[in-house]
Amino acid sequence: MSTVTPLATESDLVASKPSAAAVAKKRLTSPWASLTAIVIAVLWTIPTFGLLVSSFRPESKIKRTGWWTFFADPQVTLDNYRSVFGANGGVNMADFFVNSLVICIPSVLIPLSLASLGAYAFAWIDFRFKNFLFIAIFALQIVPLQITLIPVLEIFVKIHITGTFWTLWLAHSTFALPLAIYLLHNFMREVPAGLIEAARVDGAGHVSIFFKVMLPLLTPALAAFGIFQFLWVWNDLLVALVFAGGGNEVAPITLALANLNGTRGTAWHLLSAGAFVSIAVPVVVFLLLQRYFVRGLLAGSVKG
Amino acid sequence: MFHTASTTPEKLVQMVAALLLFAAVMGVILFVAGRLGGKKHEKWVGYLYLLPVVLMLTIGLVYPGLRTIYESFFDAAGKAFVGVDNYKTIFTDDDQLVVLRNTVFWVVLTPFLATGIGLLYAILVDKSRFESFAKALIFLPMSISFVAASVIWKFMYEYRPDQANVKQIGLINQIIVWLGGKPIQLLIESPLNTFLLIIVMIWIQAGFAMTVLSAAIKAIPDDIVEAARLDGVNAWTMFKNITVPSVRPTIVVVLTTIGIGTLKVFDVVRTMTGGNFKTSVVANEFYSQTFRADNQGLGAALAVLLFILVIPVVAYNIRQVRQSEAR
Repeated sequence: MSTVTPLATESDLVASKPSAAAVAKKRLTSPWASLTAIVIAVLWTIPTFGLLVSSFRPESKIKRTGWWTFFADPQVTLDNYRSVFGANGGVNMADFFVNSLVICIPSVLIPLSLASLGAYAFAWIDFRFKNFLFIAIFALQIVPLQITLIPVLEIFVKIHITGTFWTLWLAHSTFALPLAIYLLHNFMREVPAGLIEAARVDGAGHVSIFFKVMLPLLTPALAAFGIFQFLWVWNDLLVALVFAGGGNEVAPITLALANLNGTRGTAWHLLSAGAFVSIAVPVVVFLLLQRYFVRGLLAGSVKG
Repeated sequence: MFHTASTTPEKLVQMVAALLLFAAVMGVILFVAGRLGGKKHEKWVGYLYLLPVVLMLTIGLVYPGLRTIYESFFDAAGKAFVGVDNYKTIFTDDDQLVVLRNTVFWVVLTPFLATGIGLLYAILVDKSRFESFAKALIFLPMSISFVAASVIWKFMYEYRPDQANVKQIGLINQIIVWLGGKPIQLLIESPLNTFLLIIVMIWIQAGFAMTVLSAAIKAIPDDIVEAARLDGVNAWTMFKNITVPSVRPTIVVVLTTIGIGTLKVFDVVRTMTGGNFKTSVVANEFYSQTFRADNQGLGAALAVLLFILVIPVVAYNIRQVRQSEAR
């Protein structure tokens, strides 16, 4: 509204006709508006930028001078990244990176498939207690993870799967279900009933309707939820701490970074490179799939 | 198959095995459902489709939730019944009162500041030439983990002692020094440290607020904006009388959503201070009491408190979402 863009010429012309004062005012506010926007953008970028610059500086420099002196004395090295990948007796983020992937893939696919089936049942099949069940599952969305962790851990101890990936797969899959079912159900309800009816008249059962009619239409919703869930699991710390806590063998990269921060909290050459290794995947996902990403994130914002 | 995989090939094999096992379960469900043809058996298909979901939610959410509520009435070891003592502790113990106070600061400040900044920025960059780039900059923190965000900010707050040949490496302390002040142990000084932690959460959440509000601003009908422009209103009046009233329901949704997220966040506190120096909040205290202090009863009570605090905000949030959708 207070910016001058070449695209907005038509409305600018309309606005400039009746009141020259309005235009003058607009000209006055515009530089301030731009300036404020730039200040916010810079404030929001500097913290990340500072650590990014540091991750490429030699350890001795990071320790003794601020990252802003880099521009007066630019020295670039990849040693920090080599160290977080196991060189010089540092940590090895590569293992944790693999762990994160191994945790994420089933933790996305399992709830996505189960929730699709469940959402289909709620949307298109009649059975007793349907409304009651749906409201119950909807309400479960608000349960904070914290309240479930200890009893779930006790169950895992009883069935002897502590310290394995199974704990994380099962926990993440279960915690994802209420939101996934709710979102996919909303989406499925919007499919015209005529489509389903037509398929039924043709003799299709619920299995073939699910695969041939529903799934193709659902792709955008599945993508949005899939990306949301992937990033949720990738970025999770709490579930990983509780269930993978003891050993490092199944710990994801966030936990590795948190531990590094806990044990070597001032080793900024490791922390800076480690942080950027851990955020590489979410940032790439964000840049490539921005549209789905935003949709998924907004839809899932009350989770957890 | 259910052991701890330790090498990369082993991990991948276990993952594929798990996915195959899952696919087999799905296959059985779909096969049985396919056999149940006809309207008469329809309800059984419904039950079958919901069976795995209901099982998992009952064992993984409902039972554990109830169990935690039950355990919140027991002592540290989970053996002796203590009534509401754990809850009394939360509301009377000096340390716990600090936790409650901090939680209030977090839940009040984060939503309002993040939403305010997000709204301002959404308006400022609306229809500008660099809009999508400008938005991406603010939104990016939203995509990274709380742990990484905390490491990024811990570096900003880094402190080096005030000695002749020691230079600051944290930007904030360097700015203080440039302005002629003495460097401060930012994360140790209470209550300043709590506010500095809240800044991290605002930094993360502003992008969320901006994105949702920007979409709402774009949905304001053009003729309203145009009419106001013809009347020659200035930017402030436009903001106050047109923009804010038009997106009010969305603002409420954003505020409550960030409020819920803030109540449950523990990663920021744990990574930045570990809850030390009087910075703990309920979600972090739950973790500390349960796993560090081995006080299961108090931990359970804190988790229940978290649940109770979330309920009214969620209820309000859902009502607002419904209302804004009904328009």
